[in-house]
Amino acid sequence: MLSPVILVPAILNGLLTGAVYGLIALGLTLIYGVLHIINFAHGALLTAAMFAAFFAHRVLGLDPYVAAVMLTPLFFALGYCLQRLVIGPAAHGEDRNVLLVTLGLAVVIENLLLYAFGADTRTVNLDYAFKVVDLGIAFLAVPRVVGFGVVLAVALALWLVLSLTDTGKAIRAVAKEKLGAELSGIDVTHIYAITFALGTACLAIAACLLIPTYYVNPHIGNAFVLVAFTIVVLGGMGSVTGALIGGFVIGVVESLCGLYLGESLGQIGIFVIFILVLLLRPSGLLGERA
Amino acid sequence: MSGPSLPHIVLVVAVLATVPLLTVSPVVLNFLVVALLIALVGQGWNVLAGYGGQYSFGHAAFFGTGAYVSAILQMRYGLNAWIAFALGIAGGASVGAAIGALAFRCGLKGSYFALVTLAFAEVLRILASVAPITGAGVGILIALDLRPQAFQFQSRAPLYWIVLALVAIALLIVRLIERSRFGAWLVAVRENEDAARAVGVDTARVKIAAMTISAAITAAGGGFYAQYFLFIDSGIAYGPWISIEALLAPIVGGIGTVFGPLLGALAVKTLGEIAKLVTGGAPGLDLVIYGSVLILVVAFAPQGIAGLLTQLHSRLTRLRSSLPERARG
Repeated sequence: MLSPVILVPAILNGLLTGAVYGLIALGLTLIYGVLHIINFAHGALLTAAMFAAFFAHRVLGLDPYVAAVMLTPLFFALGYCLQRLVIGPAAHGEDRNVLLVTLGLAVVIENLLLYAFGADTRTVNLDYAFKVVDLGIAFLAVPRVVGFGVVLAVALALWLVLSLTDTGKAIRAVAKEKLGAELSGIDVTHIYAITFALGTACLAIAACLLIPTYYVNPHIGNAFVLVAFTIVVLGGMGSVTGALIGGFVIGVVESLCGLYLGESLGQIGIFVIFILVLLLRPSGLLGERA
Repeated sequence: MSGPSLPHIVLVVAVLATVPLLTVSPVVLNFLVVALLIALVGQGWNVLAGYGGQYSFGHAAFFGTGAYVSAILQMRYGLNAWIAFALGIAGGASVGAAIGALAFRCGLKGSYFALVTLAFAEVLRILASVAPITGAGVGILIALDLRPQAFQFQSRAPLYWIVLALVAIALLIVRLIERSRFGAWLVAVRENEDAARAVGVDTARVKIAAMTISAAITAAGGGFYAQYFLFIDSGIAYGPWISIEALLAPIVGGIGTVFGPLLGALAVKTLGEIAKLVTGGAPGLDLVIYGSVLILVVAFAPQGIAGLLTQLHSRLTRLRSSLPERARG
């Protein structure tokens, strides 16, 4: 059972999957870190992005990696509008209301997709989808390796934006001290919307990285979003590096649980970690809120 | 706090109880049974969230446990359906107490509490979809046995009265809570937990007790579902749909009010039926409408239908009291 011939490929594949998980969690943690809200619509927005990537290929004939260049700004704009026009105004600044509004959005988006496209599972056929890289000890699927590289590049770019640009500095200022930022002339409503937009844009990229090797149906986002919640909680709410590291950890855990427990019970491993982290590290978790 | 008086509850239940005497239409009765079932499940959510301020996104955990415990005891162990139903409620309450004890002793609140309830419901759903005792992917079919002692009936009317009776009991429980010391503690926790603790309220214990009552009421809904539809599987019993229905009804009707879940369930289900008529029952569209209603209610009527009615009432009384003055002037 513990033979390295099985174990090493499982771990490497777990790391590759974990990178994309990390990107999804990155969007979630960024929104949490600045707006202090848990975006329950994250999974539904990912599903929407995967459908967009699917139809970009099916209808327009665009390769998912090319589609990413178009979909990222599109989802950035969508995220901006959602926060500025729907979530912000509807929530009246109350945490509980944000929970309900994002949950409502998730239900609406998911079921609009169900209504429009039916419950069928769809896949794209790409000639490179089954190409592999031979590392000697493991075969790795090319799209996953590309995904890994893109995630690292996106994380680096995001880090640069946050640390070097004026908007990035404003975002960090709002995250640290909202009132102080407001008093020094930062438009908090705008920064909130920009942050939500960045988080949503991460999903567009993640969707384009997933679509070559994954399938899409209206409920696919749920599978990812609970994983993303786990990663965010594990890595520390609001921490960008935490999201990436958490992504790798969860990717490997899922891969190993799947190996030893089977596909459907493999998910249990993630939930158990999730519940344990939530329950056993309340000081770390609630420290953020105080 | 001035909730509805006992005569109000008796009147509403009595009016609803006459429906099967007026019509035998299976469409009408089926609609009302489902609406009352959602009102019951929503009343459970309302105890914890409406009065205690703890928003659960995983009430499916209690609904599903009520349904599965009842169905398993009947079909696998040959227990009487009524006893199985009662034990299902006890099972749901225990799950509520256990999750509540874990979550509240660990100090989880707000979004974290919502997340952990969601996660527990999902864990139970996955377990139920693989464990042999729950029928795994196939689900459990309750064998047809149309005798009152088997909790099955020849016509719909008795089941309608049973679910109405359950709703009536839940209404009385919530009214009792509203007027009790326990209810005052619960509202204190909702309004300001630190202040409540400072004046000596054992906040964790109050929240766990509320979650146990909440889970028991919702589990009764699950047990009733199993007897009414005679089939459950992991997606029905522990699926996210029921967690959403459970919170939608009280929010639309009026969160933290005695009649909110009942009003909300009737309104939401009516809306759903209209949507079905208009669109011809396209899958997903009813849920699109539910989601939109949720956002609109939070945005424009945070107190729900009950809040709108109170506003209307106070406006009318003001109008009435100002009328004589105008007449004189």
